[in-house]
Amino acid sequence: MKEVLGEVERWRAAGRRVAVARVVAVEGSGPRDPGATMAVSEDGEVAGSVSGGCVEGAVVEQALEVLAGDGVARLCTFGYSDDEAFAVGLTCGGTVHVFVEPLDW
Amino acid sequence: MTLYEALRDALRAEEAVALATVVELTPEEGAGDAGDPGEHGVGLGAKLLVRPVGAELGTLGNDDLDRVVTRDARAALETGLTSTRHYGPRGQARRRAVAVFIESFAPPPHMVIFGAVDFTAALGRAAKLLGYRVTVCDARPVFATPARFPMADEVVVDWPDRHLAKVGGELGPRDAVCVLTHDPKFDVPAIVAALRTRVGYLGAMGSRRTHAERVARLREAGVGEEGLGRVMAPIGLDIGARTPEETAVSVCAEMIALRTGRKAPSLRDVEGPIHARAGEAPAGPVPGGADAAQGRDGPHLDDGRPPA
Repeated sequence: MKEVLGEVERWRAAGRRVAVARVVAVEGSGPRDPGATMAVSEDGEVAGSVSGGCVEGAVVEQALEVLAGDGVARLCTFGYSDDEAFAVGLTCGGTVHVFVEPLDW
Repeated sequence: MTLYEALRDALRAEEAVALATVVELTPEEGAGDAGDPGEHGVGLGAKLLVRPVGAELGTLGNDDLDRVVTRDARAALETGLTSTRHYGPRGQARRRAVAVFIESFAPPPHMVIFGAVDFTAALGRAAKLLGYRVTVCDARPVFATPARFPMADEVVVDWPDRHLAKVGGELGPRDAVCVLTHDPKFDVPAIVAALRTRVGYLGAMGSRRTHAERVARLREAGVGEEGLGRVMAPIGLDIGARTPEETAVSVCAEMIALRTGRKAPSLRDVEGPIHARAGEAPAGPVPGGADAAQGRDGPHLDDGRPPA
């Protein structure tokens, strides 16, 4: 959270809505530990990261959906799996749980 | 002030603070669901901001859950741990109705280095790399100067035990005390004083012989087996470090291994020379062939660190 504060404050000062995505759990090998944070502004600017790069795009999409839609927080799971439900995978074989929510608190 | 603003201000001031967030609800285990907090009032995204002391800000939905999570968040602040924990809707243990992500924002850990020597500068730089706030303390004003230790956040001219009497109460499990003086008149009182704190890592430099003598003096000073067991000496992992920089890496690696509970070989727990012998190479093919390997039979370097 600390590393995205500067950008988040800039967006807030400009009156832009912000979503925050945080890694809350990792199973197996994952590039970033719980606490890794990405912030996304409603017009698609991004600060911080939640992985080594493999799921960033999908997380930005989720964040923009949260901001555009009903504003309800969601827990997203990304991981390597045979299950087709996991469209986005981590090349390292781990699973990462990312909580995406509007910064309205 | 919103909860976010309180968090922002605490982070900027580098104050210890933990943010707990409800990240998952399992309705069949008695929690509400995303759209409906249910009878226990627990909603997805609900938040609680916890400080080491004082009242918390916000709520996860009910007082029972808040109380249990506040306790766990304070424990997380002690260790600097960030993780997701599961509870019943009223904070019950061994239930998985509510997943709470407890993110601990602890201030930087503190390393206090006693002894203003060459190793101190290298260790101070390595500790900064790992995010420590670094204090260098030595009783000799000629050596303990900010000019000699520009990486240090603080350079203190004082006797180690007197300095620890002042600041020792602030040291906790995430902090480190490294005694590099290897002079019994400084390091015995420094270690005795450090043992009175809750510091997580306590290392002392010196050869095996120096440390054997030091152990005898520590016993005379009333330190028991439990106290001696906390002292990592000779300081560092058994990686054959020689230079101040290599020694700094071996000390920092030992601090990490001690924290994570990994079995990296500490010098304390093995026998034999501390420094690699000249020309020592790993088992297997030796770069440079027979000439390079010859040094292994050469004279054996002294066990101790070079004098400061």
